Amino acid sequence: MAQETTYYKPEDLKKFGNIGEFEPDLAKKFFDYYGAVFADGALSAKEKSLIALAVAHVVQCPYCIDAYTTDTLEKGATEEQMWEAIHVGAAIRSGSTLVHSVQALNKVKELGV
Amino acid sequence: MKSLLARGSELASSKEQLKILTEVSEKLALPSFSDKLKEAGLYPLRPTGVDILQLNVGKLCNQTCKHCHVDAGPDRRETMSKETMQECLVALATPGVTTLDITGGAPEMNPNFRWLVEEASKLRKKIMIRCNLTILLAGEKYRDLPEFFAEHKVEVVSSLPFFQKRRTDAQRGEGVFDRSIEALKKLNSLGYGIPDSGLVLNLVYNPVGAFLAGGQSTLENDFKKELKQAYDVQFNSLFAITNMPISRFLESLLENGNIDAYLEKLVTAFNPVAATGVMCRNTLSVGWDGSLYDCDFNQMLDMKLEGKVSKISEFNKSILDSREILLHQHCYGCTAGAGSSCAGSIT
Repeated sequence: MAQETTYYKPEDLKKFGNIGEFEPDLAKKFFDYYGAVFADGALSAKEKSLIALAVAHVVQCPYCIDAYTTDTLEKGATEEQMWEAIHVGAAIRSGSTLVHSVQALNKVKELGV
Repeated sequence: MKSLLARGSELASSKEQLKILTEVSEKLALPSFSDKLKEAGLYPLRPTGVDILQLNVGKLCNQTCKHCHVDAGPDRRETMSKETMQECLVALATPGVTTLDITGGAPEMNPNFRWLVEEASKLRKKIMIRCNLTILLAGEKYRDLPEFFAEHKVEVVSSLPFFQKRRTDAQRGEGVFDRSIEALKKLNSLGYGIPDSGLVLNLVYNPVGAFLAGGQSTLENDFKKELKQAYDVQFNSLFAITNMPISRFLESLLENGNIDAYLEKLVTAFNPVAATGVMCRNTLSVGWDGSLYDCDFNQMLDMKLEGKVSKISEFNKSILDSREILLHQHCYGCTAGAGSSCAGSIT
């Protein structure tokens, strides 16, 4: 039987809390910060979860996509809201690629083409 | 879709369901619910008192919802008799029992449903009906039910899995959403769900898949905004509840391979504060044949009360108030996160 070669295992998501095993103080600081970031504030927890879903796609983190797909559903987001958020992420990602083409344009002109 | 029973499914057996819950828990090394309560200092779990008498008047229903914990449907014939209802009314008259909560199936399909409500109304107790909404449009026999509810000031509690058609129909059947909206409009026209009308209309939300319900107040705001904007429908409160891993929802968890993750999620989300407020502590559940249970879920798992009082005809409040509540792994469903009961989040 072929050995599994992927580094990403869904069950590892549950071990996120264990990252403090060797550095508990910093992990605690991170999780306190993380909890505060996602609490209801000027933005609702649901809006923050939709932002997280978009960012999860942009940074292509399978754990985060798994977690925030579930989280947005739990917070009552509609599929339309979820996919609009993902498209916002995609638009920024493609926009950020294309805006760099200005540098290429500058260089083309600098080279006198 | 037919009920598990009509399909001859092994899951129609409560023993089989409990066996699966035990096996999955053992495989995943999940703590028993009783042990979890011991850790929280809540074991044995005892009632705070029988305030609510919940009658399951039968398993017959005009819908066959994917997640139904009763395995109700048009093919079920179990029906509470008038004699058993009479025994329930005697129990309801007991001082300290404040509320009659009528559920099913579609309880309105019991031939003695209206008689039960009329008699309970004479006792001046609070009456709640778990109405699936579409029954109100299921034919001439049921069309005047909203007026009947209003006449007896019955509090209507209605399931609506989501404020959009797709998810609602996915869980409850094609066309259920549109008919539910029509029924809600009819209830609104009589004053149900309108502030200060004295007629209470609450909705129940349960997730359409293998995930938990998020914050009840946020969901309530979303439901209120969306239903008002899109359909001009109003209601009083939204109860967000957790899907119990039994019966047809258990079947769905097994089919889509989510059973392990769902049980783990319920256990991880155990909330001792929610455990102090679970519905079995103030509610007594009566089966269609008069048998007594700690809750509607224990009823569907055939976990009958043990001891001196096991039938409604033997109702004795002081004995029941001091009983020990029967527990199993499904009880994690009522204590996960903010907790869950027929009246929504607990904390």
